[in-house]
Amino acid sequence: MAICPAVVLDSEEYRIPKRIIPRSEIRAEVQRLRRAALDATQEVSNLQVAQADLWDSKIKDIFAVHLHFLRDRSLRKTISDLISNNNYSAEYAVSVAFKDIAQHFVDAKDEYISERASDIYDIEKRLLKHLIGERREDLKHLTKPVVVVAKDLTPTQTASFDKNFIKGLATDAGGRTSHTAIVARSLGIPAVVALEDVSASINPGDTIIVDGNRGTVIINPNQKTIEEHESYAAQIIKHVHELDELTHLPAVTTDGVEIELLGNIEFPYEAEIALKKGGRGVGLYRTEFLYLDADDEPTEEDHYQAYTDAIKKIGNHPITIRTFDLGADKFTQKKNLTPERNPFLGLRSIRYCLQNLSLFKTQMRAILRASVHGDIKVMFPLITNLLELRQSKWILDEVKEDLEEQKIEFDEHIPVGIMIETPAAALIADSLADEVDFFSIGTNDLIQYTIAVDRVNEKVASLYSPTHPAVIQLLGQVVKSAHRAKIDISLCGEMASDVEYTSLLIGLGFDTLSLAPPMIPEIKKVIRSISHEYCRRVARKVLSFDTDKQTNNFLRDETRKILAGKHLEIE
Amino acid sequence: MSSPSAQNCEEAESIVEVRHKAGLHMRPAMQFVDCANSFQAKITVTKDQLSVDGKSIMHLTMLAATYGTKLKIYAVGKDASQAIEALTNILEKGSLEDIE
Repeated sequence: MAICPAVVLDSEEYRIPKRIIPRSEIRAEVQRLRRAALDATQEVSNLQVAQADLWDSKIKDIFAVHLHFLRDRSLRKTISDLISNNNYSAEYAVSVAFKDIAQHFVDAKDEYISERASDIYDIEKRLLKHLIGERREDLKHLTKPVVVVAKDLTPTQTASFDKNFIKGLATDAGGRTSHTAIVARSLGIPAVVALEDVSASINPGDTIIVDGNRGTVIINPNQKTIEEHESYAAQIIKHVHELDELTHLPAVTTDGVEIELLGNIEFPYEAEIALKKGGRGVGLYRTEFLYLDADDEPTEEDHYQAYTDAIKKIGNHPITIRTFDLGADKFTQKKNLTPERNPFLGLRSIRYCLQNLSLFKTQMRAILRASVHGDIKVMFPLITNLLELRQSKWILDEVKEDLEEQKIEFDEHIPVGIMIETPAAALIADSLADEVDFFSIGTNDLIQYTIAVDRVNEKVASLYSPTHPAVIQLLGQVVKSAHRAKIDISLCGEMASDVEYTSLLIGLGFDTLSLAPPMIPEIKKVIRSISHEYCRRVARKVLSFDTDKQTNNFLRDETRKILAGKHLEIE
Repeated sequence: MSSPSAQNCEEAESIVEVRHKAGLHMRPAMQFVDCANSFQAKITVTKDQLSVDGKSIMHLTMLAATYGTKLKIYAVGKDASQAIEALTNILEKGSLEDIE
């Protein structure tokens, strides 16, 4: 839970710092507006003088019009009325007034007129620039803890979040397994998503309580509410400390079956957190930040640095590095001549790699080179057929040969595995199992592809259901294939971090789970409270249900009993 | 309140068609507005049902008056008739930019 001032990320270029001002500041605000208008006017006049010889008459006219607008008394009055009558800040008043004007233009049937709307935006921007000036806040210059509120958050935006200052997230869009939620869990901060209209309802600077457990956001709480939440937060912290004491204990069921708990990480430093929380290593190292954080493709050295950094932090413990898994975001789309109509089903992930061998080989070289420093496994995502798998392995072999020729050391026997994330892969798991060293099931995507639902689309996010009978059946099937071929199998999707599913997953046959580090203690606690026998009975029961609703109700009841330490009995 | 003299309460109006090829924008609009501002009278420009302040470039542009649009210019105040004459002139003559 976080109780902080809010920072609102608008989709427009300029972040309006504040929308409503106190009555006492109205006069000063009107003055600010006057000042900014004068500055903007001066700026344009200076521009005109400076460019007098270079501009042709058309451009001269454009700026002359801008100047007229900035000096227009009617406009000035409209804006200052909004300040005086509505308590708007100067910036907000400007944006409201100009939006209205622009709307008139955009609505006009005449093309020439509708094109003039861009002039209006230009003038607005200039005015805002003079109003906001140095007050422009952005997430790179935070000085105190805040909660970030936005329509949605992209991986690129969240990649540069400073953990020290960003204490909570609230977004309009998204679902339980959207990127925002994943980042929040990984950073260990509360988040509430799919609020639909939170970004419009909050004024930057408003105090906001984000309660991730209850899924609520409270804007400008009164003192009593704050105190209630603070004491609730204190209780949670106490609970977390209790869980921390489990760190050194093994995740073993009451009848002696050990479950390996690993961490999912995106950045090298998180490897440390995985161990600290009691994980036995890293089950999924998502390498995408290397591509998202920079403007250019990362070099082999960039990769190598990151991997050795992670290894340093994980020591002798195992770490599974997943190769490039991007698609439908700026990195791959930037390189496209035509945008993909359906990037989700398009050239992404391993497919993109197989068509961009230099990018693929660069990453593999770095992984292989790093493999001498620790216990590394490499994993290919989104494999959907045997040929793709074989191609990827051939390329890995080619890279190995190159390194041999160059006398560079690497682990010759580096284990190679794949993520099972599609119905296709799940259904041919038997033949895939014969050609890999391990499977890892990516339930986030597996569920999306199986149920054909976008987990981030808040209109249908409720259809995304890990307990859909089809999903459970596929999971069971893949586990059987892995056991038959005697290869390791783990589950690394968000399902692994939900206490409600732990007994089911173990009952289906999973003996390794990889999840967000902050949740490891919680899952361990559950494992230590149940028997393997009990888990098998849970799985059998769930496999007999027809709907996810039945499964959810059943699991919820059982989990409640588990957490309350009650006696567990299933007919 | 004393009754205003006939001179101070002068009204005048005219109906003109916009002769500027690109409509009443940019230079012609600025010309119009600058001219309107040189008079004391209050100037109103009406297109269909919409009436705006003729001294404001913002208002005038929002009128979105294209070539051939019929506008009613109305002035009230001391120099109303002079204002109307000057403004009508501008709209009727077309723009300098058409010549350029």
